[in-house]
Amino acid sequence: MFIQNIINALQWGSFYALIALGYSMVYGVLLLINFAHGDIFMVGAYIGFFISTFLLGAYGFQLPWTLSGGLVIFLTFLLTMAITAGVGVTVERVAYRPLRRKGVSRLYVVITALMVGLLLENGNLALLGASRRNFPELIPKVLYSVGEVNFTNIKIIVIIVTLLVFVFLQTVVLKTKWGMAMRAISYDRMAVPLMGIPVDTIIVMTFVLGSSLAAVAGILFAVSYPILEPYMGALVGWKAFISAVVGGIGDIRGAFVGGLILGFTEIFVATLFPSTLRDLIAFGVLLLILTLRPTGIFGVARRTKV
Amino acid sequence: MKKVFLYTVAVLMMGLCPSSNIWAADVIKIGFDIELTGDIPKVGEASKYAAEMLKDQINRAGGLKVGSKSYQLNFVYEDNEAKAESAAAAALKLITQHQVLGIIGPQASKQAIPAGEVADTNQTVMISGWSTNPKTTLDRPWIFRACFLDPFQGPVLAKFATEELKAKRAAVLYDIASDYPKGLAEFFKEAFEKIHGKGSVAAFETFTTKDRDFSAQLTKIVASKADILFTPQYYDEVPLIVKQAHEMGWKKPILGSDSWGSAELMNLCGNDCKGLFFSTHYAAAGAKGATKQFIDQYKAKYGYEPDDVSALTWDATRLLLQAIQNTKGLAGDLKKDRKAIRDQMAKIREFDGITGKMSFDGKTGDPSKCAVIVKISQEGKFEFYKSVCP
Repeated sequence: MFIQNIINALQWGSFYALIALGYSMVYGVLLLINFAHGDIFMVGAYIGFFISTFLLGAYGFQLPWTLSGGLVIFLTFLLTMAITAGVGVTVERVAYRPLRRKGVSRLYVVITALMVGLLLENGNLALLGASRRNFPELIPKVLYSVGEVNFTNIKIIVIIVTLLVFVFLQTVVLKTKWGMAMRAISYDRMAVPLMGIPVDTIIVMTFVLGSSLAAVAGILFAVSYPILEPYMGALVGWKAFISAVVGGIGDIRGAFVGGLILGFTEIFVATLFPSTLRDLIAFGVLLLILTLRPTGIFGVARRTKV
Repeated sequence: MKKVFLYTVAVLMMGLCPSSNIWAADVIKIGFDIELTGDIPKVGEASKYAAEMLKDQINRAGGLKVGSKSYQLNFVYEDNEAKAESAAAAALKLITQHQVLGIIGPQASKQAIPAGEVADTNQTVMISGWSTNPKTTLDRPWIFRACFLDPFQGPVLAKFATEELKAKRAAVLYDIASDYPKGLAEFFKEAFEKIHGKGSVAAFETFTTKDRDFSAQLTKIVASKADILFTPQYYDEVPLIVKQAHEMGWKKPILGSDSWGSAELMNLCGNDCKGLFFSTHYAAAGAKGATKQFIDQYKAKYGYEPDDVSALTWDATRLLLQAIQNTKGLAGDLKKDRKAIRDQMAKIREFDGITGKMSFDGKTGDPSKCAVIVKISQEGKFEFYKSVCP
């Protein structure tokens, strides 16, 4: 039962970690809490749904050639990431950049982000209606049982993908020129353009990365919990944001560790106590961590925080 | 200025309308407080479809005859977003702004309990089609329903699990933040422990609305060595629970309640739900007489088989119309008419609905009627398995 719960917690924490990484990326560059991120995750899941059902031929439209299962998965991920990245960049262009150009206080941008989130949720509700969608079985489910422990291949894939994404992002931010530029922008937005760094391009790149991450998280979430609804991103998004703060927002390691901590506390509280107490105890623990380290586990104190 | 003037006129006319018989004369207005969006939109849709069908049928035949006069029906649909607060607000809007004679809905107990409070204090008859929690009508003389209650449904399921599924230990997984699953889970536990003794409900696990991951609870349930899993949840959560249970290696039966019986369940659940049982109000497969006629009509009009919510909405609306007819003529005064309808509602003893015979005792708004146990067949159809009467 203990090992079973560790696998449960790893998988559940992976989702928080994946979404928290997106929050942290944007915050790391712009010092902006992109509250729309949870809803971009939802949009990603929906786009994944439409692309995969289209490729599987559910619309009565037969593709001239049959795609193998692996190719469908590959194409779904690729197209969904591309389109979701487009959505993310559009949000940045339409909602955040004009405000940044006017040089308004960051607080207004955060409120705009909240509104963009609501806009995406309710836009989806208006466009597609309130009925639930059933995500197709994109990755054929295989059940393994080792002794008392049961798990599916999907759980393992989720955990491995999250780990890979984390390593990839860590490399990008710390080892590449792009990453250096990102860190530079967050350090001093005024001086960086003077050094010849194209600020807007870097910011767009950040949103592309963050949104495609949300798309990956969206598809994996929909594969694991195959019921889609317009508000699916709201609660998970909020919790992922909190785990990013606990880990130290703006730090890639922080988002990863924070997400796993939240996943572990939620699962183990539900195991050891009546599950009603889950959120109460889970957030109590997080509050305690923040009281001891107000900037989060990996965070460094900065003077300008929102 | 012009706008202000128009508003004044509108307000004045609204005030005049109910007492004078300008256009309220030949129209009967009935309000629907239903779940059109939110967690269970299919329930709202099914209710609206059934109501529209009934309305068209009566209006085409010349309207509803009350005393010597014929009235056209006008149904007003208000969305309660499957939220308790919105349900109360929608009920108030229907009563004060739309000035309806009576209200049908809300369907789920979470919404029906608060909306019932509003309708009862505002002295308007409200009939819920689907709400099975006792609190909906308890000590509320203006509130009625068209379905059986959870204190009846719980023991029916406990007995079924014992006799047909040979269960000795049971596990329960339910949403603690919603009135209906919470109430039913407790009634089931009580009845099951009465048969098998204390501690026979080996796991009594909870979650909160909108949860998506049940792995921690299911791990406990699998480890509890229970023979069946009972989960009185709505159609949008059942597929997740059932699929995750199977992923955790649960191979024993899973039992559900009337909230499972939505037409949408099989679209979302697929193969995982086949072969499972749940209790409900009626079974579409193998229906006869008026029930069959209703099913055929609905299917022809909307393209899918009506679920229990549609059938119960149909019955609830017909109950209300019956009470209106029994008044033998409306006075045109909203307050008096509402009172007359409530008195006639309380006088109804027997009612032959498409979901079976109902009998009222005149003291409460709750009918006594049979429950049906349905098995989900390999083709994904809800097949009649057994009928249990009080």
